[in-house]
Amino acid sequence: MLERYLSAASTYAHWIDYQFILIAVIVGFWLIAAEGMMFWLIFKFRARDGRPTQYITGEEPHLKRWISIPHYLIIVCDIVILAGAITVWYQIKQVMPPADAGAVVRIIGQQWAWSFQQPGPDGVLDTADDIRSVGELHVAVNTTYHFELMSRDVIHSFSVPAFRLKQDGLPGRTISGWFRPNRVGTYDIQCTQMCGIGHALMAGRIIVETPQDHAAWMLRNSNSTVAQQQAPASPAAANATTMAEVRR
Amino acid sequence: MSADLQHHEPGIFQKYFWSTDHKMIARQYLFTGMAMALIGGFFAYVFRMQLGFPNHAVPGYGIVTPARYNALVTMHGSIMIFWVAMPVLIAAFGNFLIPLMVGCDDMAFPRINRLSYQIFLLSALVLLSSFLVKGGPFGGAWTAYPPLSASGAYNLTPIGATLWLVAVALEFVAFLLGGINFTVTAMNSRAPGMKMYDVPIVVWMIVLASVIFMASAGPLIAGAVMLLFDQTMATGFYDPTRGGDPLLWEHLFWFFGHPEVYVVLLPAMGIVAEIIAVFARKKIFGYKTVLYTTWAVGFLSFVVWAHHQFVAGIDPRMANIFSITTLLISVPVTEMVFLYVATLYGGSIHLDTPMLWALAFIAEFMIGGVTGIFLGSSGTDIYLHDTYFLIAHFHYTFVPIAIIAVFGGLTFWYPKMFGRMLNEKLGKIHFWGTVIPFNVIFIPLFITGIAGDQRRIYNYALFAEQARPPLQHLRTTATVALLVMLSFQLVFLYNFFTSLGKGKEAGPNPWRSATLEWTIPSPPPHGNFVEMPTVYRGPYEYGLPGHPEDFVAQNVPDSALVGEVEA
Repeated sequence: MLERYLSAASTYAHWIDYQFILIAVIVGFWLIAAEGMMFWLIFKFRARDGRPTQYITGEEPHLKRWISIPHYLIIVCDIVILAGAITVWYQIKQVMPPADAGAVVRIIGQQWAWSFQQPGPDGVLDTADDIRSVGELHVAVNTTYHFELMSRDVIHSFSVPAFRLKQDGLPGRTISGWFRPNRVGTYDIQCTQMCGIGHALMAGRIIVETPQDHAAWMLRNSNSTVAQQQAPASPAAANATTMAEVRR
Repeated sequence: MSADLQHHEPGIFQKYFWSTDHKMIARQYLFTGMAMALIGGFFAYVFRMQLGFPNHAVPGYGIVTPARYNALVTMHGSIMIFWVAMPVLIAAFGNFLIPLMVGCDDMAFPRINRLSYQIFLLSALVLLSSFLVKGGPFGGAWTAYPPLSASGAYNLTPIGATLWLVAVALEFVAFLLGGINFTVTAMNSRAPGMKMYDVPIVVWMIVLASVIFMASAGPLIAGAVMLLFDQTMATGFYDPTRGGDPLLWEHLFWFFGHPEVYVVLLPAMGIVAEIIAVFARKKIFGYKTVLYTTWAVGFLSFVVWAHHQFVAGIDPRMANIFSITTLLISVPVTEMVFLYVATLYGGSIHLDTPMLWALAFIAEFMIGGVTGIFLGSSGTDIYLHDTYFLIAHFHYTFVPIAIIAVFGGLTFWYPKMFGRMLNEKLGKIHFWGTVIPFNVIFIPLFITGIAGDQRRIYNYALFAEQARPPLQHLRTTATVALLVMLSFQLVFLYNFFTSLGKGKEAGPNPWRSATLEWTIPSPPPHGNFVEMPTVYRGPYEYGLPGHPEDFVAQNVPDSALVGEVEA
């Protein structure tokens, strides 16, 4: 259902989409039933001459049933929805499947750009061959990545709609998570938390490549900074490195 | 203040600036709220025009810069919640209705009531003054998350941010004063014979909303003081480099912010209950159950706040707990809606304008309710959080609350407030011209949200997936529908102001309603009741068997009733 509107490019995109459909079916049924009941009652009991109003308090057991039975059914539906929701949440946010070798990326938000740091061919972060990029993240398909999300200034939210991935990044902490892209292509990165006047400019791209292409990209760029997308100049970004040192 | 003391005709200044009459204060809250609604609606017009037709100058405004766009959405949200929904739903209706419906001459503390409005007016002026200062108004979203809101270096509106915060704090003071008044009046000033279960539902709802507000506002006021210190005195409550934590604000804000949803929902539910009972000529189905579910909602509203923060960096295990409480709150709310629908059963339904609004409230609020399940369920919230799906969801709750129910209440009590009837034909034109475009605005926004549109973006050009033409068509559709909806509000304003002088004389009880406010002249005189009423029965005695009239007012003694039946 969601894929009609936006492609799904990570393993857990489908889990979220299935949960969405489960909820849509259950609440859709209730919505149609309740709206239908209401409009039927409006029609059936429209004012007509000579038909008196019935005096009903709502305490009558045979009428109360019409409220209490749906009420219990709704509790059952809530439990079904919760079971699905918590399962999906647990799999995405609470457990971290082991990352593939070298598949770790540091994501840094700042006013108003995303920058990324990935290990080079040695597979270890914070070494001389690290690849740093701004506004563009290259990852290999069918690889489980771990990310470390941080912010240099205000709260940002790292969102990749095609991956159904969203996580706020806060100054002063590092938040970890994971994703596993499963479809080659280029997808949007958004910031979904208001972060100042350049909030709408804080766009990025995530490029999911075949392992061969990814390896070639890595060899081309190791120990260099890739800045293919223009990042808007910002006074906060200029001194952000030093502030990040302080905050770490 | 008793009726005798008020009998001399006060001067203009005395009458409009220092009157302690609850009806005058109610009207002042109402007109201030309506003026703020026009401002908030104008902002919506400007930013929707920017979204529907990006990079074109907006007629009547000009080019919308990113900074101005942020300021407009921030002010639209703040104004509509704090300066429209609250003053109109709680203060205007609460002030007007509570003394009339519980049968007393004025609020328990009339001078505190006056002070409450003065502070409220001041808060509105402080907020609007931020448009005149250097840097312009605050643009960091109505939730004002620090560090963005705490530092002028980040938000670039140092004065505007502080003015926003001061305005919100003043507004809170006004509503704390008002809340004390509503609660005390309903508890202590009820007419003799009026038991707690004889109190009309709308009074109960406004009182419970005030209690919820007073209980939830404290933490946010503490948070606001800390934020003010961070802004102006360089403290570091929310600054991680100095041991502070931005998540603290999120918790304090939403501990208030979620109960706030119910603070405005409950009075709206109350207004709708009154209208449905009158126009279906029916007792409310399960009066006591309605109250019990309201208490359950009020209690649960305090333990759901972190569902706004699932992906905010809180411990992910907490999300499960808040998902459970959030879905749990759907149970009493649904039950409440079911009880309202059940009230229609066996009725004799008259589709006058107030009833159309009340039924539209239920129909639209159901959509707002069920779409909340997608967001309260933690798994799907990962994707839908901060998208237009959320925007559409809460507008499907807030527009029914602050627009549809308010129009219901205004058209219903207008005869009592001003002594004249509104034009019914114009009322129906306005109704359909508001409700149909409302759906055409927000159904497309559910779809753009599902397609990934994130909120607070002035132009999607940089996002390839969002810049696809079909999504832009949906945004343009929403904008055009908004223009239609806004233009139909002129019909309402015309009807409202011409009927003040030209409307048909209403008489004391044009809707044949059973509650106390309809037993006295319209508009009610100073002191309200010529003879203080005594109450003998509940508020919704419609269709009482064996009685020639199809309703019995609350102040009709049993002896009179028996006499009539025998005759």
